[in-house]
Amino acid sequence: MIRHELHALTERVKAKQEHFKHRICVCCGASCISSGAEEVLHKLQEEIKSRGLEETVEVIPTGCMGPCNQGPLVKYLPEQTIYQKVDCDNIQRVVQSQLVENKPLEDLLLFADSREKAFVNANEDPFFKQQQKIALKDCGDINPESIEDYLIAGGYQALDKALFLLSPEEVIAEVKQSRIRGRGGAGYPTGLKWETVYKYVSDQKYVICNGDEGDPGAFMDRSVLEGNPHRVLESMAIAGYAIGATKGYAYIRGEYPLEIKRFELAIKQATKTGLLGKNILGSNFRFEVEVRIGAGAVVCGEETALIASIEGKRGTPRPRPPFPAESGLWGKPTLINNVETFAAIAPIILNGGEWYSETGTPKSAGTKVFALAGKINYSGLIEVPMGTTLREIVFDIGGGIQNGAEFKAAQTGGPSGGCIPAAHLDVKMDYESLMSLGSIMGSGGLIVMDKSSDMVDVARYFMEFSMDESCGKCIPCRVGTKMMHDLLQKIGDGKATQIDLDRLEELAEYVRDTSLCGLGASAPNPLLSTLRHFREEYVSKILPAE
Amino acid sequence: MVVSFKESAKTDPRIKLIAARMKKEGFKPDSLIEILHTAQGAYGYLPKDILLYIAQSLRLPLSRVFSTVTFYHFFSLKSKGEHTCIVCTGTACYVKGAQALLNKLESSFGLKPGQVTADNKLGVQVARCIGACGLAPAAVIDNEVAGKVDAEELIQTINMKTGIV
Repeated sequence: MIRHELHALTERVKAKQEHFKHRICVCCGASCISSGAEEVLHKLQEEIKSRGLEETVEVIPTGCMGPCNQGPLVKYLPEQTIYQKVDCDNIQRVVQSQLVENKPLEDLLLFADSREKAFVNANEDPFFKQQQKIALKDCGDINPESIEDYLIAGGYQALDKALFLLSPEEVIAEVKQSRIRGRGGAGYPTGLKWETVYKYVSDQKYVICNGDEGDPGAFMDRSVLEGNPHRVLESMAIAGYAIGATKGYAYIRGEYPLEIKRFELAIKQATKTGLLGKNILGSNFRFEVEVRIGAGAVVCGEETALIASIEGKRGTPRPRPPFPAESGLWGKPTLINNVETFAAIAPIILNGGEWYSETGTPKSAGTKVFALAGKINYSGLIEVPMGTTLREIVFDIGGGIQNGAEFKAAQTGGPSGGCIPAAHLDVKMDYESLMSLGSIMGSGGLIVMDKSSDMVDVARYFMEFSMDESCGKCIPCRVGTKMMHDLLQKIGDGKATQIDLDRLEELAEYVRDTSLCGLGASAPNPLLSTLRHFREEYVSKILPAE
Repeated sequence: MVVSFKESAKTDPRIKLIAARMKKEGFKPDSLIEILHTAQGAYGYLPKDILLYIAQSLRLPLSRVFSTVTFYHFFSLKSKGEHTCIVCTGTACYVKGAQALLNKLESSFGLKPGQVTADNKLGVQVARCIGACGLAPAAVIDNEVAGKVDAEELIQTINMKTGIV
């Protein structure tokens, strides 16, 4: 397909859609599917057919809409009305009310059973009102298994712009200007990374999309790849053009079969349409993407371990330098970015880097996706401007703590992160502010805890995780995490003394300073942050000195 | 082992599947993990003779194949049971009582994570995080994700699937 054919195709599929007056989206994210969304989808399709409405009403499966614990969710467009807890029994009532009587069905509106006032336009609800969707835009509105849907939503326009209006240097300049930082957790400036790989001269370079979302309590990448796989694919191609790579790999967790299925389908569709492969859109640019399925090792989220895993080996990290930008996959210059980072690239290229940098804070530009879970009323997937406070996220968006209990702490960054206590509820969620509290942004898992959580056990839980996931290559991590875990267990069992606590703190610093890779270096974080903010809980479990 | 294996290779569709996958990947040693995924998908676990077959086909030392298999949680050297119950122990599920589910499974079936009943009917495992945090606590019963799991209901569902009462 050449360039003007893309525009023609987009116009054609748009025209095909025009006779639909309504679009009914059934959330088929992994959470809603486990609540029975697929049955609802089929039932709804039958219902529309039996009422003879199939000419004007379109029913499609979509990716995650956000409020995961209210599922299955059904959204009516263009009204933006969301119904919650839809099942095969109440679906007829929804259709009758919304499409025949032309009025919303009040008792099934999103949050109708828990809020004083439910909104007909869901975007006016506090859950959505404070959000700003860039990476997740279109997720929940389009069918992730249809390339046509993505084209109508403006898909592949950014790739088109990059290939024909921008030089690779200009693409990199836009990414730099956007000031986006790596969304996998470490926050390295993405533009700088691209520029570094671009500068290395090599016969072959690679683009890798890191979808090895291993942190417990994180499901951002999964939701993006399930809800809008073409966006990631398009951005990977743009990255390939910018740095001079012709081959990309998407490394996806084996635990996420739906994501793998949808992403592989997207690759097939894009290749068939001529948006991947040789001479993309009639240009000289060639790019192919392959999926690599992870086999359940958290350390593979570390870039050098991930590369080893793609090469079919044990996923153990190696010392850096050389960084993958210089010597990565099969020794070639390699660009590795996280799924969420890629999800923001296409909009950045389309709207310009400056546009993106206007959102967020001076040092942390743009938006961040969080997976909100734990003892919170409305858990799910959210995207907010960087710098939104924790209080706004927990109380405005998340609707506060379950059963009116008291907020105790929020955990960010999983086993590499830390806990933020109630005293710091007004912390701005950006890279620096979280770091100053002893936590990290991490990939975006945000678990809320109430008074029932024992912070020593929380630290033990994360240490057990790091201990199990340590690849065993370096001693500080392999032995240190085990020793720290056992000491935490001892404190939890009420058998420890002050000497044990001192030793624990000392060990934590050794492991942090001497581990080979990020997994070990950050493994003490949950321990150190709970010690910092909840030291009295540790002290209260310690045996008095004799 | 290898001789008898060659005989059965002619008839076993699972081995044909693995052979086809290796051929598709051009017998590249790099494709080891992909092949292992195919093999585990076919057998439910990785029998030792299959690993030997893969090692020979990809011209890899058996030690390299074993070290890779044992490194990754996803791969298993023994059967995980006809029916499986995987309890998610991610942070959200931990906060919301995954341990209570594991305790109930142990008291009902005598199984700790990683164990299988003597008749191979049921296996219990834990997962690091299945990403269904909004529905914590979550479990996966025979590949179906169940959310907001109640311990009693979990046991009932398993009984229904396995016929163990």
